[in-house]
Amino acid sequence: MRVQAETTATQPAPRVRAARNAVIQIQGLVVEYPGRGFGQSPTVAVKGLDLEIYAGEAFGFLGPNGAGKTSTLHVLLGFQPPTRGAAFINGLDVREPIARQRIGYLPEMTSYYKFLTAEELLRFYGRLFRIGRADLESRIDSLLKLVDLDGARKRLIKTYSKGMQQRIGLAQALINNPDLLILDEPTSGLDPLGRMKVREIIERLKSEGRTVLFSSHELGEVETVCDRIAIIQRGELKVVGRVADLVGEYQMDLERIFLKIIGYTSPPQP
Amino acid sequence: MNAIFCLSGIVIKELYRRKDFYVLFVITAVITLMMGTVNFFHQSGIVRYLKDICLLLIWFSSLVIAIVTAARQIPAERESRTIFPLLAKPVSRWQVVAGKFAGCWLACGLALAVFYLFFGAVCGAREGRLMPAQYLQAFWLQWGMLAVVISMALLGSVVFSAPSANVTICFVVVVGILIVGAYLQKLAALQPPLTGCLLTLLYFSIPHLEWFYAVRERLIFDQDLIGWGDCVLATAYAAAYAGLFLCAAWLVFRRKPLAA
Repeated sequence: MRVQAETTATQPAPRVRAARNAVIQIQGLVVEYPGRGFGQSPTVAVKGLDLEIYAGEAFGFLGPNGAGKTSTLHVLLGFQPPTRGAAFINGLDVREPIARQRIGYLPEMTSYYKFLTAEELLRFYGRLFRIGRADLESRIDSLLKLVDLDGARKRLIKTYSKGMQQRIGLAQALINNPDLLILDEPTSGLDPLGRMKVREIIERLKSEGRTVLFSSHELGEVETVCDRIAIIQRGELKVVGRVADLVGEYQMDLERIFLKIIGYTSPPQP
Repeated sequence: MNAIFCLSGIVIKELYRRKDFYVLFVITAVITLMMGTVNFFHQSGIVRYLKDICLLLIWFSSLVIAIVTAARQIPAERESRTIFPLLAKPVSRWQVVAGKFAGCWLACGLALAVFYLFFGAVCGAREGRLMPAQYLQAFWLQWGMLAVVISMALLGSVVFSAPSANVTICFVVVVGILIVGAYLQKLAALQPPLTGCLLTLLYFSIPHLEWFYAVRERLIFDQDLIGWGDCVLATAYAAAYAGLFLCAAWLVFRRKPLAA
């Protein structure tokens, strides 16, 4: 196993190193799901994960399907209690709702309340953060402009296309002006223009010094956007480090690095 | 409280933007109006039977709205995955349960108020007198009973995975309590000791919704008001059962996996 917790070859970028305060701390995290049938042993989704994500960095959380990425994100968001170990956001235990006060979350393939309009949806989520009325209204205006939904703000969400739903999802993730943005497959199902838009928004958030935790199978995108990555397989952390350092060390692009680390070997040529 | 208010607002908005509520409302309104205006057999005394039927219809409609609305709240959130962005906000699971309850209860209260206003207006026009205190008391006690039913359906919605199963079970339980709840103790006396003991236990553990149902007879037979002290006790009884079911719902939902 090749776990490198910021050792020689995987030093974080200078900007990140300058601010070494960990926004996310995961300590010995174990996530188990009970067996479905009687007497079946539990499924271990995450096996003793240790990880720190620092303020201001864009962090890619990678792994094949069923590797434990979503389980880890679900623990961070308080959806799933850890079986063992602990996770903290800004020093607060993730099981406390207050830990989510400064988080924005864009789930993968989700739908929103179809009986609401875009602005009603954002108003509802904004009120959950106790944002003042005037501030909330101006934030709704700017976010709807940012995600190009200003013209469709009065339309019910059930009339939205998949791309529009993904964009309203991004807007709701930004409604509280979050310090930490957790994006689970943010460009899944988007057309090239939508992907570009999402990438631009992530770049903008990075430049504003926000932390972005990014789970994606689009490795080219991860390589472009992320400062550091972690690769997880069968619940175990395989590698963590700076993208540039990994690319330099392995002398190949991120996709090939990923395949090498997860142990994929191409079939022999006939 | 802020999260609870926000969530209840969403529940109310959803209910009033769904067509099935209006269908039920229009059917109830039309039948009430027809019953109120048609003079069957030229008998003025027949108005009592019309009131009976109309109130039965109001009870049935409000139970349908309460159970169907409450039973699908949390399963629908899980199925459509809207629960994920919701719980990613600083909202705890007890606030979700409380918000869903408050929304369903308020929405049902609004629907019930409209039903009673309509029924009161039709009966008032027919009888030439209004009984606002009686109607207010009947409305309040029925609304209290609906709190118990809604919290029971919410508990069912976190226990059973399929909303349809929950709706069916809730209907069977509520109708069962309304029909046989009062006779359980008498039935227990006729049974062998073990069965009798179980029936007695059941009698003392179930919420006696039939006590609230009895209030409609006071409207039908133009009886006096129930004492306000009894009304407060009945409200406390409903609140206690609703609180009990909501606590149980929260305990189950607290550690429930979110994936549908």
